[in-house]
Amino acid sequence: MEKLNQSRAPLMEALEGFKAMRVVPFDVPGHKRGKGNPELTAFLGKDCLNVDVNSMKPLDNLCHPVSVIKEAEELAAEAFGAAHAFFMVGGTTSGVQSMVLTACGKGDKLILPRNVHRSVINAMILCGAIPIYVNPEMDEHLGISLGMSLAGVKDAVAAHPDAKAILVNNPTYYGICSNIAEITKIAHDHGMLLLADEAHGTHFYFGKNLPIPAMRAGADMAAVSMHKSGGSLTQSSLLLAGPNMNSNYVRQVINLTQTTSGSYLLLSSLDISRRNLALRGRKIFDHVQNLTAYARDEINRIGDYYAYGKELVNGDTVFDFDATKLSVNTLGIGLAGIEVYDILRDEYDIQMEFGDLGNVLAYVSVGDRERDMERLVSALADIRRRYQRDKADLMKQEYIAPQVEISPQEAFYAPKVSLPIDQTCGKICSEFVMCYPPGIPILAPGERITKDILNYIRYAGEKGCSLTGPEDLNIQWLNVIKGV
Amino acid sequence: MSLTFTEMHTPRVGLSIAVQRQLCCEQSEFQRIEIFESEEFGRFLTLDGYMMCTEKDEFIYHEMMVHVPMAVNPSARRVLVIGGGDGGAVRELCRYPSVGHIDLVEIDRRVVELCAQHLPAISSALNDPRVTMHFQDGLRFVRGCENEYDLILVDSTDPFGPGEGLFTREFYGHCFKALNADGIMVNQNESPFYEDDVKAMQRAHQRIAATFPVCRLYQAHIPSYPSGHWMFGFASKGLHPIRNMQTESWNSLHLATRYYNTNLHRASFALPTYVEELMKDVE
Repeated sequence: MEKLNQSRAPLMEALEGFKAMRVVPFDVPGHKRGKGNPELTAFLGKDCLNVDVNSMKPLDNLCHPVSVIKEAEELAAEAFGAAHAFFMVGGTTSGVQSMVLTACGKGDKLILPRNVHRSVINAMILCGAIPIYVNPEMDEHLGISLGMSLAGVKDAVAAHPDAKAILVNNPTYYGICSNIAEITKIAHDHGMLLLADEAHGTHFYFGKNLPIPAMRAGADMAAVSMHKSGGSLTQSSLLLAGPNMNSNYVRQVINLTQTTSGSYLLLSSLDISRRNLALRGRKIFDHVQNLTAYARDEINRIGDYYAYGKELVNGDTVFDFDATKLSVNTLGIGLAGIEVYDILRDEYDIQMEFGDLGNVLAYVSVGDRERDMERLVSALADIRRRYQRDKADLMKQEYIAPQVEISPQEAFYAPKVSLPIDQTCGKICSEFVMCYPPGIPILAPGERITKDILNYIRYAGEKGCSLTGPEDLNIQWLNVIKGV
Repeated sequence: MSLTFTEMHTPRVGLSIAVQRQLCCEQSEFQRIEIFESEEFGRFLTLDGYMMCTEKDEFIYHEMMVHVPMAVNPSARRVLVIGGGDGGAVRELCRYPSVGHIDLVEIDRRVVELCAQHLPAISSALNDPRVTMHFQDGLRFVRGCENEYDLILVDSTDPFGPGEGLFTREFYGHCFKALNADGIMVNQNESPFYEDDVKAMQRAHQRIAATFPVCRLYQAHIPSYPSGHWMFGFASKGLHPIRNMQTESWNSLHLATRYYNTNLHRASFALPTYVEELMKDVE
C-alpha cells in the first residue's frame, strides 16, 4: 500500500476551506457560528465557534465516512500501525464499549483483569456478557494491582475455552503492562479476540524505549485515549482495529451508541494531534521521559517517598513499565496518597492526576516544563518536612477477589431493595461502588458483598477517597438484589 | 524619529519612557533580555518587556531590600540571594565587612553577563571574592539547603514566567529550612495598587505568613514600578523588624545611603490603612 503523507490533516484542511467559503448557515447548530450566543463566543473565542458545525457534504459524516473523515481515519490507522482507525467523540469509554460490544453478545464470556475501568463492566451490562476475572496480582509494598500473570490467563482460558475475548490493560493507570504479545498468542490459539484498553498508552505508538503497543503485539482492537498523552481535546479518542476485524461491522456497533452529531472540534483535534504525533512524537516522548526520570530521581533522593520505575519489572505480572508515568508511594512519610494529593492541591496549588491509599500519580506530558517538575519535587520535599509522621496506622489497598454470582446485566435489571450499607453483608449488589479516581470497581453489579469489602469501603471513605457509583451519593445505603 | 519604551501596568495604564537607544536585545533560554538607554532614567533593564531596574531609581529598591534586614542583624555572615542577576543587591551586601559569603542563584546566566557589560554601576560587586554565582533554578538550589544562612534575599521577577517558582509555598518552606534560628528572609512583595498586583501581593504574603512565625510588610516608593508604591516582605523565625533593630550598631557602620536610614526603617513598616486591610484579609 502506498505510504500516506502524515503532514496532511484532511479534516482540519476541510474546515479551513469551509470557513473561507462563508456559507450562510440554515442548519444546526443554532448558534450560527457563534453570532446567536455572544456570551459563549466571548468565552470560547470566535475561531472555536466558527468550526462548531454540522456534518455536511464538504465535511463528511462521522457515522458513514466517505471523504475527509475517512482520509483522516486512514492517516490515523497508518500512524498507529492499525488496519482501521475510528474517530470517537464519546471518550475512550465509548471506544472500550464498542470493543466489548463487537466481541461479545448476551451470555458470552469475556476474560479480563479486575482492575479494568468501569466502562468495561458497563459495556457488559449493555450486552449481557459474563465477566471471567483474572486476579491481577498485588504489589504488597505499594498497594497497587499489577498485570495479569500468564499462568492466570492460561487457567482462565482452560476453564472457559468458550470465552470470546481477552481484555488487557496496556498499561494500567500506574503504568504496569502485562505480557500482551504472549497473551495475544494465547487468545488467538483458542479462537479468542484480544482487546486492549490503551487509555493510558497512546504514546507507546510513537516514543522509543516504551512498552509494546497493542497493534504491534497483534491485538485485534485497541481503545486509545488521544486526549491523554496524545494532546487532543477531552472526550476525543481513537478505536483501532487489526486486519482480521470486519471494519464495517465495527462501524455498525459504534453507531449503536455514538452520537450522530459528532463535534468537529473534537474530530479536528484528533486529526491535528495525530499529525503532531506522527511528525514529532518521538521527540516529544523523549522529552517527557527525561522530565519524568529527573523527577523520579529527585523524589527518591528526598527520602521516604518511593517513585517507582522499571525496577518493578518481573517478567510476568509486571512485564514492562511505562517510564512516562510518575507514581509516588507516600506511605513512607506516614501519609496516605490521597492526603498528599489533597495537600498538594490545597496548599501548593498543584493538581495531581489522582491519589489512592498509598500513592499519588502525576500525569506528565508534552505540556510540562522542567520548572514545573521542580515545583512538584519541591512541594513533596516540603510536605515531608512539615507533615512526616509515624506510618503505623495505614491500611494498604488489598485485592479483594470478586464473587460474581449473576451477570452484570441480570443484576442491573433485577428487582432490588435499598439497605443500610452495614446490613448488606452476604447480599448480591446491584450497583457499582468504586474509588474515584482511578475508577476501578470495589463492587460491580452481580457480586456478593462481604465483610472485607464493607471494611474497605468504610476505610477508603475515612481516608478521603471519593467513593462513587451507588444511587445514594453518601454511600450510606446500597441497592441489593431483592429476596437473595 | 522617536523611540519609546512602554510597559503596560494594567491593560489600560502604561508607563512610557523616551529611549535614546537599545543597548542589547537577546532571547535567552528563559526570557527576552533588553537594556535601553534613556535621558530620564539612565540605562534600564527589562525582562520579557517588564521593567526590572533603572539606573535612576534602583538605589531605592536595593537599599531597602538589603539594609532593612541588615539593620536587624548587622552581623549576618552567610547570605543567599535568589534572582538579582543585575547585581544591585550584592553590591549593597558587599558594603558590610561582616558579610563573609554570598551565594547568588540566578536562573539566567545571560542576565548576569549582559548587566556586567551594560550596567556596570549596578553590577560592580559581582566580582567580589565573597560572591559565588550559581546559574540554576532558585527553587531547586534552596531545596538542598538546611540551616545554612543568616539572610535570604528573594530578588525575584514577577510571579509569572521564570520567577513563578519563587512565589510558591514550597519555595518559602525551603527558605525556612535553609535559614538558621536567627535567619531573616526578605522578598520583593509586589504592589498593593492595581488589581492583579494586589492578588500577587496577597498570595505571597499569605504563603509566607503560613510558613514563618514573624511576617511583616514594609514599603518604598519606586517610581519606575507599577503605581510606584512597592512592598517588601520581612519574615523570620523570631527576630522582629523593629523591636530587634540594632540602630546604634548599624549607624556605627557609617554606610552612606541615599534612601535608607534608621528612622525611615521604622516608618516603612507603618502601612496605609487599605494595605493593612488587604493583609488582614489573608492572614
